[in-house]
Amino acid sequence: MVVADGLEKTYQRGKERIDVLRGINLSIDEGEFVSLMGPSGSGKTTLLNLIGGLDKPSAGSLHVAGQSLAELSASRLAAWRAANVGFIFQFYNLLGVLNAQRNVELPLLLTKLSRKQRATNAETALAIVGLADRARHKPAELSGGQQQRVAIARALVADPRILVCDEPTGDLDRDTADEILDLLTLLHEEHGKTIVMVTHDPKAAERARRQLTMDKGVLVGVPA
Amino acid sequence: MSAARLVWANLFRKRTRSILTVLSVAIAFLLFALLQAIGAAFDGGVSLQGVDRLIVSPKYSIVDPLPVRQREQILAVDGVEAIVGQNWFGGIYQDRRNFFPKYPVRPRPFFDIYGEFEIEPDVLERFARIRTAAVAGDVLMQRYGWQVGDIIPITADIWPKADGTRLWEFELVGSFTSQDERQPAQLFLFRYEYFTEAVASYGKDQVGWWTLRLDQPDRAAEIASEIDALFENSQTPTRSATEDEFQRQFAKQLGNISLIVRVIMGAVFFTIILLTANTMGQGLRERIPDLAVLKTLGFGDAWVSGIVLLEALLLVLLGAALGMGVAYALQGALAAGLAQIVGVFEITSATIAIGFGLAVAIGLLIGALPARTAHRLTIVEALRRG
Repeated sequence: MVVADGLEKTYQRGKERIDVLRGINLSIDEGEFVSLMGPSGSGKTTLLNLIGGLDKPSAGSLHVAGQSLAELSASRLAAWRAANVGFIFQFYNLLGVLNAQRNVELPLLLTKLSRKQRATNAETALAIVGLADRARHKPAELSGGQQQRVAIARALVADPRILVCDEPTGDLDRDTADEILDLLTLLHEEHGKTIVMVTHDPKAAERARRQLTMDKGVLVGVPA
Repeated sequence: MSAARLVWANLFRKRTRSILTVLSVAIAFLLFALLQAIGAAFDGGVSLQGVDRLIVSPKYSIVDPLPVRQREQILAVDGVEAIVGQNWFGGIYQDRRNFFPKYPVRPRPFFDIYGEFEIEPDVLERFARIRTAAVAGDVLMQRYGWQVGDIIPITADIWPKADGTRLWEFELVGSFTSQDERQPAQLFLFRYEYFTEAVASYGKDQVGWWTLRLDQPDRAAEIASEIDALFENSQTPTRSATEDEFQRQFAKQLGNISLIVRVIMGAVFFTIILLTANTMGQGLRERIPDLAVLKTLGFGDAWVSGIVLLEALLLVLLGAALGMGVAYALQGALAAGLAQIVGVFEITSATIAIGFGLAVAIGLLIGALPARTAHRLTIVEALRRG
């Protein structure tokens, strides 16, 4: 599902060159649940952004879902993201002006589904995360855990091949975090989703089938 | 949900701010529609073709008088059927705020020429017979609660009497009505004979302008030229025009109305552009994380910037529709009041079309920068800031 070969990411800040990723070699199979841990600034979110097609590598190659991302234009990359990736953020990133159902429906606006079909799919996704009865609530009317469930429903609704999660439990208490992790585990085990999750929480990382650790732009224990 | 729903929801993200912005835009377009109608009335093209009434006024200034001896010369022109002289009397009834036009006229020619004003024969007979008689439009009768037989005192501000006093008293012998909705009967008319006898010497045997009725409307332009040619080399040259044009010229004595109108509109729209652009900019800054999320979900740069541009357009178009709608609704009431000054006051379909064109232009202008910012937004950077 994910194949990175000599992946590098460099930022230029004024005259200073910052090497965030320094030759990452990585392979993630379809249906795998992988966690990425490491200290702040180690490059884990940058790697996640590259896998999710939010950014482009500076060097090396990266294939995700069979597509070389470096070769795609901005508009093709956007279309690729819509078709292949579901995103889950630490702070949920729901649109406050829309209710839960409409937030979940958002990615479907880019598909050719009818309005009715979009609504049905959004209801199904909300049912999967256990929030069918909160469909008409706006984000501000939901708890943090409920908002994250809505975000997961939004990530799922277009049936992406890979879910990228950036500290999905970072803003939640232990019990709620466990509920969210249970949900991700369910999606992995029951629905066969490939999941790449960045986390600072060792307990969260334990849920993954494979734990990777990054430090100073390289994967620890994986030859560069 | 549709994309339109998303635009609409975003537009009213901050409900109070958006409503206030729409209202301020609405006020700008209300002013636009009203001022445009006034400007158009002043700038309207003048065609003499087909008119059956002409106004012959002093060529250089409305305050220059015309001698009554012109009456016979004008009547002798082929195509002129009737003539009546009028003077701007001014005058104050009780208080300066009680403004209404007051004209000394010859009763029968006046009502003969102004066929839209209907007066009962016995009222006209009394008006023509009693030296100090006056008649008032039904609008004035109602406004001031006048009754037939009342003595109406008018204090002169332009035309004192020959004895030096300024109080003119008229016996109200009746009223008249108007059949023209755009020209309600709000004139106060009294006998020219009384005026010219009693007025101070500098006002005697003079009129402010002549109103003519033509029996050959298709020769109106030719007749106008012929009359003006008659007096071209006299001490009192004339300028013949339609009633609308005469009214416009009269109001233009106040200043360059069209220029004033355009300056006001320019100032209003400049302010509105600044205000709305500021609102849009503020709204965009608050929504950068939302826009980044949309891009993350796969909405392209063009899609996201399009949404931002559409919101700006919608904001201005809503205000424009509201403002011009209110102006259109007020049109009837305003037309009656302004008819005496600008003639035809009408919010035309052209004005509405120009208004919406302007709204689109302003919407694009104020939406362009936020849309560009949205287009260039980098997801990773925006999410980090959010």
